[in-house]
Amino acid sequence: MSHVENVVLCRESQVSTLQSLFGERHHFSFPSIFIYGHTASGKTYVTQTLLKTLELPHVFVNCVECFTLKLLLEQILNRLNYLSSSEDGCSTQITCDTFNDFVRLFKQVTKAKSLKDQTVYIVLDKAEYLRDMEANILPGFLRLQELTDRNVTVIFLSEIIWEKFRPNTGCFEPFVLYFPDYSIGNLQKILSHDHPPEYSADFYAAYINILLGVFYTVCRDLKELRHLAVLNFPKYCEPVVKGEAGERDTRKLWRNIEPHLKKAMQTVYLREISSSQWEKLQKDDTDPEQLEGLSAYTHVELPYYSKFILIAAYLASYNPSRTDKRFFLKHHGKIKKTNFLKKHEKTSNHLLGPKLFPLDRLLAILYSIVDSRVAPTANIFSQDGEL
Amino acid sequence: MSSRKSKSNNLIHTEYLSQNERDRPRVAERRQRETADPRQNVQRILRERFCHQSSHSNLFGVQVQYKHLIELLKRTAIHGESNSVLIIGPRGSGKTMLINHALKELMEVEDVSENVLQVHLNGLLQINDKIALKEITRQLNLENVVGDKVFGSFAENLSFILEALKKGDRTSSCPVIFILDEFDLFAHHRNQTLLYNLFDISQSAQTPIAVIGLTCRLDILELLEKRVKSRFSHRQMHLMNSFGFPQYLKIFKEQLSLPTEFPDKLFAEKWNENVQCLSEDKSVQEVLQKHFNISKSLRSLHMLLMLALSRVTTSHPFITAADLMEANQLCSMDSKANIVHGLSVLEICLIIAMKHLNDIYEEEPFNFQMVYNEFQKFVQRKAHSVYNFEKPVVMKAFEHLQQLELIRPVERTSVNAQREYQLMKLLLDNTQIMNALQKYPNCPTDVRQWATSSLSWL
Repeated sequence: MSHVENVVLCRESQVSTLQSLFGERHHFSFPSIFIYGHTASGKTYVTQTLLKTLELPHVFVNCVECFTLKLLLEQILNRLNYLSSSEDGCSTQITCDTFNDFVRLFKQVTKAKSLKDQTVYIVLDKAEYLRDMEANILPGFLRLQELTDRNVTVIFLSEIIWEKFRPNTGCFEPFVLYFPDYSIGNLQKILSHDHPPEYSADFYAAYINILLGVFYTVCRDLKELRHLAVLNFPKYCEPVVKGEAGERDTRKLWRNIEPHLKKAMQTVYLREISSSQWEKLQKDDTDPEQLEGLSAYTHVELPYYSKFILIAAYLASYNPSRTDKRFFLKHHGKIKKTNFLKKHEKTSNHLLGPKLFPLDRLLAILYSIVDSRVAPTANIFSQDGEL
Repeated sequence: MSSRKSKSNNLIHTEYLSQNERDRPRVAERRQRETADPRQNVQRILRERFCHQSSHSNLFGVQVQYKHLIELLKRTAIHGESNSVLIIGPRGSGKTMLINHALKELMEVEDVSENVLQVHLNGLLQINDKIALKEITRQLNLENVVGDKVFGSFAENLSFILEALKKGDRTSSCPVIFILDEFDLFAHHRNQTLLYNLFDISQSAQTPIAVIGLTCRLDILELLEKRVKSRFSHRQMHLMNSFGFPQYLKIFKEQLSLPTEFPDKLFAEKWNENVQCLSEDKSVQEVLQKHFNISKSLRSLHMLLMLALSRVTTSHPFITAADLMEANQLCSMDSKANIVHGLSVLEICLIIAMKHLNDIYEEEPFNFQMVYNEFQKFVQRKAHSVYNFEKPVVMKAFEHLQQLELIRPVERTSVNAQREYQLMKLLLDNTQIMNALQKYPNCPTDVRQWATSSLSWL
């Protein structure tokens, strides 16, 4: 089992728990196991590695990929068929429409010699999408061992906790296993594991330290951090490559990389620009101010009347219609401060968001704010449509 | 890890006994192998008992219902009387186990096993009447079944089955026992055709059938239509897990003990002694009391025992009290607290901001803009350790919380509303948040203080 521990870092106790639950090949295990944890906490990776290393017969299905029932069931059956008849090579595709047929065909497929007497594992990844399929799928899979009367264990992997899966009338409760999030020490260990061979491990570890210092308070997702680590490492190495600083000049390296990482948080982390754009940026060393992110496309230069229409729309959506008379007419009377106004002072209108307003009101405000005479021409109305 | 063939232990015993002095090293080796095999057997037997619901288990507290059920089945099978009964009980109270036991005993009677036909239906599998009819014809092996395929349309199948069942009478046809698991799901089919027909046949003097429904819903009779309800015999059996804690302890001991047929008698004795010690241990009794208070059903007990059993290895041959306590801890973790433990500091700050909003506005739904406002108030005035992040970064953290289903939109997302202004509700309450913060690793002190104080210091 040391091989598994070398490949899978910082997950020793989970691996040993799963192994002890699986037991020997022909032993029965829990009919269903539910594994939950944050994204990139290793659920899929650990399960796959463990099942492959122990060479247990298993089928791995992603519920996002198989978004209808037919796809899901057929994939399971065909893979099992492939597992059991690996000598022949060629086997017919099984079609299956309903869960009833699935149970019947499953019983047939597992009668094969190579699958008999062994626990067959069905792993359903992203199991939260099972809740959106037909109502009998989730309870059916939880009880698959009982319904088929075979030695099968179904493993569910999900980000969402089990309490949100439970159907209204109850179901067969699975064994719930938690994959804890990685601590900062663990993250450092795992991220430093994939350092490029040209540089020393200490150099890379210092870099990871800096990276975590900037990003740890925002994001603990291992996949994101790895992505950021790979993208920004060339920039970090630049002073060393150019010869301006040695590997141990931490202050110089820090001063070089820090504004870069801050910029990365606003752009690559938010997927405003793609990673290839970011890499090009690093190589060309252009001014980061010239970056054209996705949100740049929302700044559009508008023609004259469109700007006024936009302003009028803003005024219409945030001011209540009672106050129009006061703001937009030249001769207005006093407006009584009613109780109504006082009650709603707490939540400023800006927090509640824009409100709906009729088109006439928009045009009325528009005519009052534009200085020159505006003819209600077709031009105005067409610009309305564009906005 | 290839599957080891479990050698017959008796053989090894006799070999060991007839060993002479010179082969002492081999004796030691054989002794090791001999002690390894009973462990495999123990694991095999107990795992089958806990996970696979083997039918060797005793019936605890349902003896009366069992007697009634057996009598009813015998009346149908032997005397040709039609019957219907509903077995009602919460999940894990032993309904399926009861009926399987009863059927096993029934099939042991001589003249019954050749005559009686059984049809097992499950509401989870047969989700409409068409599939149910096909399944019935398949299980009864009627003439329109070739291999596995059933020919004919729904109406044809229905009339075929009804004909086949109606033609008989008490003397000349085989009794059929229908077992409908998840009976409440059958009541959701269109017009409840299947139920109507089954109960109809059971009321008229045709083929003797017994219809046994198993369900977890107490209000099952409200779900049946009037015409179906009137044909039902209104016979109900309730399985209510009606045992107390002393009996629960006895069940615990019995479930863990090895049966008398176990090949290695010495080992079985040691194991059973250990189980006796465990059941008298105070800490184990506490663990069981906690478990009993949450759920009486045997299913949760089986989960606990299975977890403790999985720790048994060659170096750790018997279950200890520590194993049971660890298993109990694994079973009773608070999952929301676990998820909050893994959030980043920014997300924790957002949750605290939402908590304050809930306190001020008394649980009214909030939107992202309000939460961001609160967060800004905190960051600008009091925070030294939390950087003032840009709005899109905070929005990404907010969306991550939504993805984890810790916050939920009040109504369905409409395309017209902007994402920042959509009203949301927080699905954690104050005690959960405060407890999670206690355990949160490396929480900055000003964040923790912000959580506990109200906004009066602003």
